[in-house]
Amino acid sequence: MLKLALAGNPNCGKTTLFNALTGSTAYVGNWPGVTVEKREGKYKKLGETVDIVDLPGIYSLSPYSPEEVVSRNFLLDEKPDVIINIIDATNLERNLYLTTQILETDIPVVIALNMMDEVERMGDKVDAQLLSRKLNVPVVEISALKGKNIHELMKAAKAAAGSKREAYTVLEKSELAPIAEKAAKLLSESDISDPLFHAVKLIEGDELEVKAHKEAAKEVAELKEGHTSELFGDDFEAFVADARYRYITEELSCAVTKAERKEKLTRSDKIDKVLTSRIWGIPIFIAMMFLIFHVTFAEDFLYLNALYGVQVQGWEQWWEPGSYVIDGGIPSPGVLLQSCLVWCTDSLSALAASGLANAPAWVSSLICDGVLAGVFSVLSFLPQIALLFLFLSILEDSGYMARVAFIMDRIFRKFGLSGKSFLPLLMGFGCSVPAIMASRTLEHDQERRMTIYMTPWFSCTAKMPIYTAIAAAVFVGNDDLVVFGMYLLGIVCAILGALLLRNTLFRGQTAPFIMELPAYHLPQAKSLFIHLWDKVKKYVIRAATIIAASTIVIWFVSNFNWSYHMVDSIEDSIVHDLGSVISWVFYPLGFAIGEYGWVFVVAALTGLIAKEEVVSTMTVLGIAIGALGAEAGETTAIEALFTVSGITTPAVIAFMAFNLLAIPCFAAVGAARAELGKGRSFKGALLWWTASAYIVSMMIYLIGSFWWTAFIFAVIIAAAVTLIVLWNKGKLKLPGKKQKKA
Amino acid sequence: MEKILKELKPGEQGVVKRVGGDGAVKRRLFDMGVTPGAPVKMRKVAPLGDPIEVTLRGYELTLRKAEAENVTVVISE
Repeated sequence: MLKLALAGNPNCGKTTLFNALTGSTAYVGNWPGVTVEKREGKYKKLGETVDIVDLPGIYSLSPYSPEEVVSRNFLLDEKPDVIINIIDATNLERNLYLTTQILETDIPVVIALNMMDEVERMGDKVDAQLLSRKLNVPVVEISALKGKNIHELMKAAKAAAGSKREAYTVLEKSELAPIAEKAAKLLSESDISDPLFHAVKLIEGDELEVKAHKEAAKEVAELKEGHTSELFGDDFEAFVADARYRYITEELSCAVTKAERKEKLTRSDKIDKVLTSRIWGIPIFIAMMFLIFHVTFAEDFLYLNALYGVQVQGWEQWWEPGSYVIDGGIPSPGVLLQSCLVWCTDSLSALAASGLANAPAWVSSLICDGVLAGVFSVLSFLPQIALLFLFLSILEDSGYMARVAFIMDRIFRKFGLSGKSFLPLLMGFGCSVPAIMASRTLEHDQERRMTIYMTPWFSCTAKMPIYTAIAAAVFVGNDDLVVFGMYLLGIVCAILGALLLRNTLFRGQTAPFIMELPAYHLPQAKSLFIHLWDKVKKYVIRAATIIAASTIVIWFVSNFNWSYHMVDSIEDSIVHDLGSVISWVFYPLGFAIGEYGWVFVVAALTGLIAKEEVVSTMTVLGIAIGALGAEAGETTAIEALFTVSGITTPAVIAFMAFNLLAIPCFAAVGAARAELGKGRSFKGALLWWTASAYIVSMMIYLIGSFWWTAFIFAVIIAAAVTLIVLWNKGKLKLPGKKQKKA
Repeated sequence: MEKILKELKPGEQGVVKRVGGDGAVKRRLFDMGVTPGAPVKMRKVAPLGDPIEVTLRGYELTLRKAEAENVTVVISE
């Protein structure tokens, strides 16, 4: 079967092309050993099925980022039949830089000249035939967005497969040509494929190549000995990079004819002027974030009820019971969708209950109180999660996310991070797992580690149900404020935590920040929905598998005693004993105190399996308790739980804070382990999350309950900060003194 | 006249003359097209005063002032 690889810069339309080619056959996995996303799919319209691998978006085949190394290894080791190099025709110069490196391999190459419609719209021209002649490879003009010419592209690729292409390097005309030639000859004599590629990398002094080809590296080093150029001295990396760009501007730029611009500013420029404006840039960003949260979570949309008393009558009959819609105001789209779903799942539950009326008690209990209650309570948050993801993808695809990094970098640098780590951190609002994986794009090891440590505190959508469910039960009418407050708490903790780490364990240089700001694009519905569908699917699968399974376990331990007999009262159950045994550990956090304190302890612990579990545990246990208490009836299980347990407000907040900050779900821990390795930094992360969650929740509870404890904490914190500052200053002074003596 | 890239005022243009810095930073600058001879135009400074945004080889590039320190630019009068 034919195997094609798609290679190109970020933002060149590569993903759009991949989606257009492969459609529903796409499969997202990981590159072996690293957590860079690997997308594979099939193209079926050529008569034979063709395998397509989408390489990560890269600017170069240098050895500095995992994406580049992965792409390089794939091209060299797995040998695709053809490389399809996608080039953004509106930005030929920089895009061709990667092409000059790809052409150094022996693999047949077809160039896809993308965004030709954009070029035409601006009145410019790009001569594809001229490019094809100069580069000696087929060039096909396409528009990935409109699906134009992509079948022709695949036909050209099929024709190129199996043909022989002579490797070409831009060094051919330079003074380094003899060295490249000799090195390539040497390598091909020892049966190494793509000799020219390796030879040029050896001249550059590429670390990976020098390690892989020790013999040849020695020879090349000897050849290089004594060779200095006027401009670059003995900096061969600079020489090669310059030769590439020189070749592009001198030989290839003639393919582009730019039209006279009537207007000085493009549309993208005009948008950018506002969005990154000195005065409005930051307020617009904050407003946008607030709007996204408001549209997703607010129960009084646009505050119409609070401000103008706009109310809708007659909701009640539709949304009761178990709905989170309060009386009165118009709910936001997110809440509205959620209510619809809750209505559907409630109907299903009622149907199941009546269908199982004659079944044995344990069967109907297992299905209704266990599986359905748990899974449905998790599923009910799907609309809001999907909306949030949709908004984040729109920001990402439109090019605004990169601007956010640009705007925020100054702030993040203070904490040893860069504006770039803002992207993974912001994704943390969606899900910690992809967010932790996205930290791969950070080149600097220290920045990556710190980002991973902070990511779970950017409260993920699975933690959101904890706040909304609790807010609906305890802080009626202030739901969006409570949710916003918890998100804010997470961010504040992340900032303080980063500052603390930066001044203690993670001192040293900050990471470089050199990135492209892509032109603004209208996000494309198709790719938005492919992305969204992927997330929704994963969430539903998780609800149906791991969450359903653990719900059954929790149902079992809460309905049975140690001799496996079903119990009438939860106080005789296994879970009661388990929770009681360890709940003393959580006494300082407040929520473990009291007759039903163990319920919250168990809920927080099951949150380690998946954060969605916290809500489903509280629901399952709440039903059991609601059966005990007289408060049951009209209220939801969680409401009953909070009323019956008599938990205090500071303890409720401490409980939410603990869930926010503690070790994230198993999946996220797995991702963190993949990124950090098994060693000290991974164990450190677990300790970091646990300790911070415990301390912060304790402070919230104690200060909330006994205000004077604030002074004690203030003194402790002040002492710690003074110590750290003194220690850092002391460290700085010592070498200074020595220098003076010398 | 020679200037360091970060000293350019918004709207000011020049041609890259030298690129310094250590391994990864320098290579990254090269890969993104900051090589000697490349025309570069300062576009703007971020709202908080850093990083900066420049136009280069037909696209927008952002980098910090600390990294722009490594790039020397010649400005023709």
